[in-house]
Amino acid sequence: MEVIIAGIRQALSMLVSFDPEVMAITWLSLKVSGTATLISLFIGIGIGTAVALSSFPGRQLVVSLINTGMALPPVVVGLFVTIFLWRNGPFGYLEILYTPTAIIIAQAIIATPIVMGITLAAMQQLPRKLRLQILALGATRLQMVWLLIKEAKLSLMAAVMAGFGGVISEVGASIMVGGNIKGYTRVLTTATVMETSKGNFDLAIALGVILMLFAFAINLVLTRIQQRERPQ
Amino acid sequence: MNGGTILEGKDLKVRRGGRLLLDVPSLSVAEGEVLSIIGPNGAGKTTLLQALSGLLRLGEGMISFRGKRVGADISPLEYRRHLAMVFQEALLFDATVYANVAAGLRLRKVDKREIKKIVAARLEQFGINHLRDRAAKTLSGGEAQRTSLARAFAVKPQILFLDEPFAALDPPTRESLLEDLGRVLREGGTTAVMATHDQGEALRLSHRIAVMQEGRVVQIGTPAAVMNHPVNEFVAAFVGVETILAGRVVKYERGTATIAVTDGNGGTAGVTVDTTVGEGAAPLKAEQVWPPPVPQEERSGGQKDEVPSFRTGAGERKNDDSKAPAFIAAAGEVREGEKVFCCLRPEHVTITPGPCPARSSARNTFPMVIDRIVPAGPLYRVQARGAFTVTAYITVQSLEELALREGATVTASFKATAVHLLRRG
Repeated sequence: MEVIIAGIRQALSMLVSFDPEVMAITWLSLKVSGTATLISLFIGIGIGTAVALSSFPGRQLVVSLINTGMALPPVVVGLFVTIFLWRNGPFGYLEILYTPTAIIIAQAIIATPIVMGITLAAMQQLPRKLRLQILALGATRLQMVWLLIKEAKLSLMAAVMAGFGGVISEVGASIMVGGNIKGYTRVLTTATVMETSKGNFDLAIALGVILMLFAFAINLVLTRIQQRERPQ
Repeated sequence: MNGGTILEGKDLKVRRGGRLLLDVPSLSVAEGEVLSIIGPNGAGKTTLLQALSGLLRLGEGMISFRGKRVGADISPLEYRRHLAMVFQEALLFDATVYANVAAGLRLRKVDKREIKKIVAARLEQFGINHLRDRAAKTLSGGEAQRTSLARAFAVKPQILFLDEPFAALDPPTRESLLEDLGRVLREGGTTAVMATHDQGEALRLSHRIAVMQEGRVVQIGTPAAVMNHPVNEFVAAFVGVETILAGRVVKYERGTATIAVTDGNGGTAGVTVDTTVGEGAAPLKAEQVWPPPVPQEERSGGQKDEVPSFRTGAGERKNDDSKAPAFIAAAGEVREGEKVFCCLRPEHVTITPGPCPARSSARNTFPMVIDRIVPAGPLYRVQARGAFTVTAYITVQSLEELALREGATVTASFKATAVHLLRRG
C-alpha cells in the first residue's frame, strides 16, 4: 500500500514539475498515435464510405473482413510489420524498423479497420433515401458523398476517438516495431511496461496516470459532443 | 397549364431480380401540369417517380426533358438540377432550418446574398420564418415537411416530384400543408408529379390522375374521367366506387341501358340473387323495379347468346317467383347482351327511410334493409342490402332525422346517369 501511495505522490510531483523525460515520452506518444490516427481516418473513412455506398459481388465478405479487422490483436500486427521491415524483409531497404515511423505504420494498421468499421456502420445507418434526396437537390456524386459524411459526423467523431484510444493505449506492436529506445521510440505504454518490470513504480504510475487522463479527456470530449447534439 | 410537353418517358422498364417492377410504354407531363400517380402500395408509384426523375437506373427506356434526352443530350446532373423532390420522410440535414432550405442553392454555388433572399422568401411562403434558426432535429413532423417543401421550391424546380409527401402526417397538419402546397403550386404554375395512395389528395391538387397497378399505368386522365369512368374494376374499387355490381345488358334504348344485376361480388354473373330481404321487408317483386323484367319467353328465346339468362346459376334454371334479379337503368354506350359492371359512387346513392312506394315508377329505386352503419370521418357509411348491396354516405344529422339504424327498411335510389358501366370479360 505504501508503495502505491508513495508512487502516486512521486507521480504527481513529476507531473506538476513537468519532468522532462515524462514530457518527452508523452509528446512522442501523442505525435505517433495522432499521426497514425490521421492516416487511418483518410483510409478508413474513404474505404468505409465507398463500401457503404456501393454494391458489388463479395461485398459481404469485405464487410466481415473489416469487422474482423476491428479486433486485430496488436501483437499480430507488430509481428507482421516487424517481418516486413526486417533487414531481409520486403521493405527492409527502408531501414525504418525501430523508428517512430515503424510505430506509426503499425498503429495506423491497427486503427484503420476500427475507423473503417465504424464509418461503414454509420453510413449504412443513414436513411437510404437521403442519398436520393441529396442527388435530387442537384448534388454531384462528390457533393453527395461529402454531405453524407457531414450527416454522419457524430459517428465519425466516435470513429476518431475509438481509433486514437485504441492506438495510444496499445503496447504490443509499439514495443515490437519501436524497440522502446530511450529518447527515440519510447512511448507511454512501452515506458510503463519497462518501468514496472524494473520496479520503478513511481515513474510507471506517473505514466499510467497520464494515459488515464488521455482516456478520460477523449471520453469527455466525445460525451460532450454527443450530449450537445442530442435533440431536446 | 400551358400545354407543351416538359417531360416524356418512353418504354420505361425497371427489373429487380427478374421481376418487372415498372412497365410504362409512354407517359408525358405537360408544362404547368400537376399529375398524380395513385395506386395501392407496391403498384410501382415510387419506382415510376424515381425513374422519371432520373434517380433510378432504367433497365430500358428513355426520359426526355424539354425534348432533350437525359443521358445523351443533357447529363443526368444537369437534368437533376432542373428538378426537386420531396419524400414521405422530410430527410432534412442535421443543421438549421435555414441551412436546409439553402442546401440546393449552395450545391449550385449560388451567391450568398442571393441565397439569403430566396431562402427568406421560401420560409415566408411556407410559414416557417420563425423556425429559421431552429435545429432541424427539433422540428415536428409538419414543420419538417414544410422545411423539406421550402427546400425543394428554393431551387425553382421546373418539375417537382412528390413521393407521398403527406402520408406520415396527422390529418390537421396534412390538411394545412395540402392547402399551402396547392397554393404555391398554383402561384408558381409549377409542374409537379405526385405519388400518393390518397385519392382525395390527388383530386384536390391534380390536373390529371394516373392509376397504377402492378407496375403499369392502367388509366390516365382528368380526375373526373378517372373517378366517374374507371376503365376497369380495379380502378373503380381504388378510386372509391364502393358499389360494383356484375350484370348484363338486357335492353338498350336511346342511350339508356337496362342492366339485370346479380350480387355485388363481381364475377358471379348469372347467379340468381335472393331478393327476400330481412323480416319486415317486403320481398322484392319484379314489378317494383324499373323497368319491368323481360318476359320469360323472350329471355329463353332463340338468341341464347345475346339474351342473358340472368336467372340461371351454374346452368340451373330456377322458377321461383320470390327470387328475381334487380334491374338498373344506366346511361352509357353498350350493346344488349353485354356483360358489364355497374359502378356506383357512394355520394350518388340516396337512402330514404321506409319501403318504396308500391309500383313506383321512378327508375333505380330499390327496397333495402340497412346492414351496417359505420362512422367514416364526418360522415356515416351506410351499407344497405336488397337485391344487391349498396354503400352510401350520410351525415350525422340525416342519420338522426331519418332515424336510420341497422335493420331498418329503407329505399335506396340513384340516377341513371350516376351509374358508370364497365364492360367485363
